[in-house]
Amino acid sequence: MHPAPSVIVFTTLSGLGFGLLIWLGAGQPAVTGWTALAFFVIAYLLAAGGLVASTFHLGRPERAPLAFTQWRTSWLSREAWASVAALVVMCLYGAGLVFFGERYAWLGWAGTALSLATVLCTAMIYAQLRTVPRWHSALTPALFLVISLAGGGLLAGQLQAALLLLPLAAALQVAWWWRGDRALARSGTDMGTATGLGARGKVRAFEPPHTGTNYLLREFVHEVGRRHARRLRALTLGLGYLAPALLILLPFAHVWAVVAVALHLTGVAAGRWLFFAEAEHVVGLYYGKR
Amino acid sequence: MTDLPTTTDRKLGLVIDLDTCVGCHACVVSCKGWNTENYGAPLSDQDPYGADPTGTFLNRVHSYEIQPETGPAQLVHFPKSCLHCEDAPCVTVCPTGASYKRVEDGIVLVNESDCIGCGLCAWACPYGAREMDAAEGVMKKCTLCVDRIYNENLPQEDRVPACVRTCPAGARHFGDLGDPDSDVSRLVAERGGMDLMPEQGTKPVNQYLPPRPRDALEPAGDVDVLAPYLEPVASEARGFIGWLDRALDRLPGGRDGEGP
Amino acid sequence: MTRYQPRLDTSPPVSDEVRQTTCYMCACRCGIDVHIKDGRVAYIEGNRDHPVNRGVLCAKGSAGIMQHNSPARLRAPLKRVGPRGSGEFEKITWDEALEIATGWLKPLRETDPAKLAFFTGRDQSQSFTGYWAQQFGTPNYAAHGGFCSVNMAAAGIYTMGGSFWEFGQPDWDLTKLFLIFGVAEDHDSNPIKMGIGKLKERGARVIGVNPVRSGYNAVADDWIGITPGTDGLFILSLVHELLRAGRIDLDYLARYTNAPILVNRDSKSPDYGLFLRDDDGKPLVIDRATGALAPFDRPGVQPDLAASHRQGDITHKPVMHLIASRYLQRRYSPEAVAGTCGIAPDKIRRLAAEIARTAFDEEIVLEREWTDFRGERHEVMRGRPVSFHAMRGISAHSNGFQTARALHLLQILLGSVEVPGGFRFKPPYPKPVQAHPTPHCKVTPERPLDGPHLGFPRGPEDLALDEAGNPARIDKAFSWENPLSAHGLMHMVISNAHAGEPYRIDTLFLYMANMAWNSSMNTGGVMEMLTDTDENGDYVIPRIIYSDAYSSEMVAYADLVLPDTTYLERHDCISLLDRPISEADAAADAIRWPVVAADRDVRGFQSVLCDLGARLGLPGFVTADGSAAYADYADYITNHERKPGIGPLAGWRMGKNGLTHGRGAPNPAQLNSYIANGGYFVKPIPPEAAYMKPWNTAYQDWAVKLGLFDAPQPYVFELYSEPLRRFQRAAEGHGARQPPDHLRGQIRAAFDPLPDWYRPLEEAQTDAAAYPLHALTQRPMAMYHSWGSQNAWLRQIHGHNPLYLPTKVWQAHGFAEGDWARVTSPHGEITVPVAHMAALNENTVWTWNAIGKRKGAWALSTEAPEATKGFLLNHLIHELLPERGDGLRWSNSDPVTGQAAWFDLKVAIEKAAPPAESRPGFGAIASPVGRGPAELTWKVGE
Repeated sequence: MHPAPSVIVFTTLSGLGFGLLIWLGAGQPAVTGWTALAFFVIAYLLAAGGLVASTFHLGRPERAPLAFTQWRTSWLSREAWASVAALVVMCLYGAGLVFFGERYAWLGWAGTALSLATVLCTAMIYAQLRTVPRWHSALTPALFLVISLAGGGLLAGQLQAALLLLPLAAALQVAWWWRGDRALARSGTDMGTATGLGARGKVRAFEPPHTGTNYLLREFVHEVGRRHARRLRALTLGLGYLAPALLILLPFAHVWAVVAVALHLTGVAAGRWLFFAEAEHVVGLYYGKR
Repeated sequence: MTDLPTTTDRKLGLVIDLDTCVGCHACVVSCKGWNTENYGAPLSDQDPYGADPTGTFLNRVHSYEIQPETGPAQLVHFPKSCLHCEDAPCVTVCPTGASYKRVEDGIVLVNESDCIGCGLCAWACPYGAREMDAAEGVMKKCTLCVDRIYNENLPQEDRVPACVRTCPAGARHFGDLGDPDSDVSRLVAERGGMDLMPEQGTKPVNQYLPPRPRDALEPAGDVDVLAPYLEPVASEARGFIGWLDRALDRLPGGRDGEGP
Repeated sequence: MTRYQPRLDTSPPVSDEVRQTTCYMCACRCGIDVHIKDGRVAYIEGNRDHPVNRGVLCAKGSAGIMQHNSPARLRAPLKRVGPRGSGEFEKITWDEALEIATGWLKPLRETDPAKLAFFTGRDQSQSFTGYWAQQFGTPNYAAHGGFCSVNMAAAGIYTMGGSFWEFGQPDWDLTKLFLIFGVAEDHDSNPIKMGIGKLKERGARVIGVNPVRSGYNAVADDWIGITPGTDGLFILSLVHELLRAGRIDLDYLARYTNAPILVNRDSKSPDYGLFLRDDDGKPLVIDRATGALAPFDRPGVQPDLAASHRQGDITHKPVMHLIASRYLQRRYSPEAVAGTCGIAPDKIRRLAAEIARTAFDEEIVLEREWTDFRGERHEVMRGRPVSFHAMRGISAHSNGFQTARALHLLQILLGSVEVPGGFRFKPPYPKPVQAHPTPHCKVTPERPLDGPHLGFPRGPEDLALDEAGNPARIDKAFSWENPLSAHGLMHMVISNAHAGEPYRIDTLFLYMANMAWNSSMNTGGVMEMLTDTDENGDYVIPRIIYSDAYSSEMVAYADLVLPDTTYLERHDCISLLDRPISEADAAADAIRWPVVAADRDVRGFQSVLCDLGARLGLPGFVTADGSAAYADYADYITNHERKPGIGPLAGWRMGKNGLTHGRGAPNPAQLNSYIANGGYFVKPIPPEAAYMKPWNTAYQDWAVKLGLFDAPQPYVFELYSEPLRRFQRAAEGHGARQPPDHLRGQIRAAFDPLPDWYRPLEEAQTDAAAYPLHALTQRPMAMYHSWGSQNAWLRQIHGHNPLYLPTKVWQAHGFAEGDWARVTSPHGEITVPVAHMAALNENTVWTWNAIGKRKGAWALSTEAPEATKGFLLNHLIHELLPERGDGLRWSNSDPVTGQAAWFDLKVAIEKAAPPAESRPGFGAIASPVGRGPAELTWKVGE
């Protein structure tokens, strides 16, 4: 899949932002007043900023409100509802903390649940797609959720939790890659089933339909060099999960937390780039590109 | 709602004959022409006279080479457009309701005025049937020429998709695949029509007829369908002339034949 | 719950109006429905009633809207201001342009009309352009047939009175086995696809003989991946097998061919190899009923295929004897040809058996009575349901004439020509050699030529030679170098004009022929010839006038450009005098008419010729008082009469009692009748006349009535060709007109009166080890000529072309996807992208034709892939054979017809580092029309 910057920025930032909201809703850390405001501003900049970025990949962003209509079937529509509901609820909850110094716990828990739901919806947009076997797995929402919780925890200063969640995320990430690398082959979809000609012999794409490129090739066929991918995976694991965990173990962990968050964000962004770039959409089979 | 109808009154679709398609791209361009001028926004082209021309097409013809275990390699031309799936994943993922499957005939359409151009439907389609139009910012796809097949401004015989009307080799057939007695259903039954990517669970309405077996003349091939080798009557000219004389006698009007 | 579905208008208006005309996106001439909205072209589809395409339309046809609106359209007459080849022009008015042209041409006509060379490319008005050239008085006229398929056309005419494509077609409805040889993907575009579709629908068998298994060969049930240039040998091996088994149609051969005609076999006789004739000149046969000599066509005669005849001391044998003694020789056996042809002997045997089984065991009998030319009444029409089609793949070789003859021999031995299920002619064919004109070349200043330029020589006396025996034509057509060059040799015109051989010319006048690019061999060399100057700094070819609708590569090399219209803005007639649109069951012709008006300062070329003809005072183009005879081409189409009652169009003429068809006086409203009828006219052939046409009195009478010819002209097929023998006889030293000594050997070998095979000339001269691979081009179905690249839709399908390599070569050189290769021939070198193809003859490489473009042409960006990755094989092919050290120029053509031997090319290949762009590269030419827009969102009606 084409690693579109808008979608990488969106999933990375909003994942982190909603991750922070998850913790804030749960009252971790228990902040009020200006401190709370600072946390909430960061969370909203990340979450809403990501959402705004996501509209950049729309062909018709002015019609975005229509995306709320199909919640019964569409994970994207559900994501729209969940994210807006989470942001509204957390806004009320945050207002209580910032302006009234009050923690309306039930509102917080509701916000936490909605934020979790948002991250889940985002992940399900990808995980539902049978056309991308690498994504089509329960591991995908699990990974998104754990990354979100770990990053949010890091940002929320929940270092103990982060110390547990970051290695868990790393482990899930490795498992996800391990499965993903075999997913297309195990999906049962290949050039033989794509063309229906597999039983006759070995099928090879001869001439493409057009000598030039097209939307499908731009959007769905992206090939990553193996060495490049290995390096980025190392970067993802190192920067995204291991380095932040190590930094937390250092003395004055809270000072290092800023660096840890920055590294984590970089690592997760690299992971998200790979998430798209390495994903093999089965349509590529028609172009002999798998 | 972008949930799918549980049943449709008819299942209109195409049957594409891979034994007959010569790969001429006639269907590709006639589709481009009709759908540029008709349903929704025109199918635009970017850099049309430049270094990297690219445009929206709703139907494209691939070609594949097949190497059987024995015998020469074969070439198959492979037109591909929307298969109007019964379980169309492109419809259910749509967040706005722009994508829908019609209850009356099963055609999968995009209501362009509701499309936000998120592209998720194209992600969900395993066949590459949907293309985002770069100029209009909305998703375009095969409409099965919904603006032709019921069009009372066209003569009855022209109420078929543009690609079917134009196909010079007659490799494209249009009809109701939900009716077991329709011409297209019979064709599918006779020729072993197949689903593309059945494991994707999309239940495509469009069917592909596989190429017939090839290369029976190959020495390693199946000889039974062919005539046995010819029996010689002569191995050189002199013997042939003798045979000729005898054969002429046996012709009607010849010495041994039935006289006129 | 109720689902939401938007309300949809499923009956939107389709267009304001449909105007029906004839397509010109290739040479097929399909009928099209042009949908008009707001006075503009909105959509183009096939015309359902049209005899050629029955409603279907190919990719090119549907993309006509993009061609009609192409940014590469020329907009006004242009006069060259920069050096030739730069593309620098100034716009001028039509009056200026026509004055310039008249100023150049008038003095030539007054002094030496031969100084004008007028050659038209993909011209569909040859009967008109030829007439114009004839009235001008120059012998130097032809269209593009010489570099296209004259071998096929000439071999067909000389053998059976017609060939494939516009001459005839398989009996698509009845044939059971169809063999297709060497057919590029587009020849003949829609009818072949429709025909194959019909065969497939009923499960009939298709066999493809082609080095490349693409297109039609991909859908063939069997593929015979033959080595290029060996089709003739392969066919003769099938003949060998059929003869050996006696699986030939003896009755057919005896009645309808010259197989029983007696041939003089005495090598000492002056008539050696010629037919035994009676006092009236009628060839003689032995009547099997009486055992006596008889003219072949005498009523009641039963020609004997077996009996010899001795007259005086001279033995005469029937042609059938010669056929048997020739083709039963071991050198034609499957084992003997297998290595050369690249086909296993068993496969040839199986095919022969399959052909014989279908022809004789699946005979078709139609209950239709008919009467043959000997007056014999037949109860039924008996058919051999095996049919063939062939095109440039066998034609564009230097042995293509004999190869095409060999194919006709096979068809005729099977008795499958003009019978149900076989091959059928389309009116005005069948038409034997004797019904065609001979060539004419007598030049008289200020007078028309003494007759039509092109024709079919019967013997050396018909050659176009001057009194000294030198070629009379600039292209040396109808000279000893290529005596039967019935379509001229357009590919030699520029080369000869540059070399001053046989003489110098003044003005080169070209129409619709991209000679500075894909239509020439040795493209770079041709560009140099066009721009070469003499010691005074003057161009060696002094003046070039060119007419084209688009900014093609050739435009840059013209001194004067006459901008033509697009095909939707013009009048044309596709005439029975020329290359009509007839079907096997009907005579048909068609028109084009301006379905939209031109929005530029352009004029249809034929109208310009009418004007120019009047300005030059050409007979036929001026009235008695010297004024213009025709206001424009439409006026000519309506009012011109080639002979009384016969005009360009056969439909809706004026008879004694109102409108009539065929013969009749001009009808001022004729074009309106055509338009009302969908742009065409069809006259069905009565069922009893629909088969056996050359011998069927009902057909002969019908054709005379329609005006196709003036008297019945039945004939027999010429398995043994006497005209060929006459040339061969001259080369043996007999007769008044003698070939130059250096050509005797070539003529003796190539003019074999029985079809034979010889190795293609260049190949025979080339070191097979140094150049081991055959190199071919094919034209893609979605692209015709070089026109397609300006088409925004089509160029996305074919924007550049790799060279396809077979597995053996791919692996031997270790090629991988994305690699480039250096390809060399004895003449040149190119460096191009390569791709792998397994379904390909293992000694053949190929690419798509005419995708590569010169930078700056066709209103494309100079970075267009056509110019940076696309390429032409033409750079590797020379119009001359490699020098032999004899100081002579040997043309790379078939020695019989002059057909350009495009497919004789042999090459070597090696891996090359990818250059920035394919090589050779040429500088950009300035575009006289600017560049196309950056985006298209096309919609006429909103």
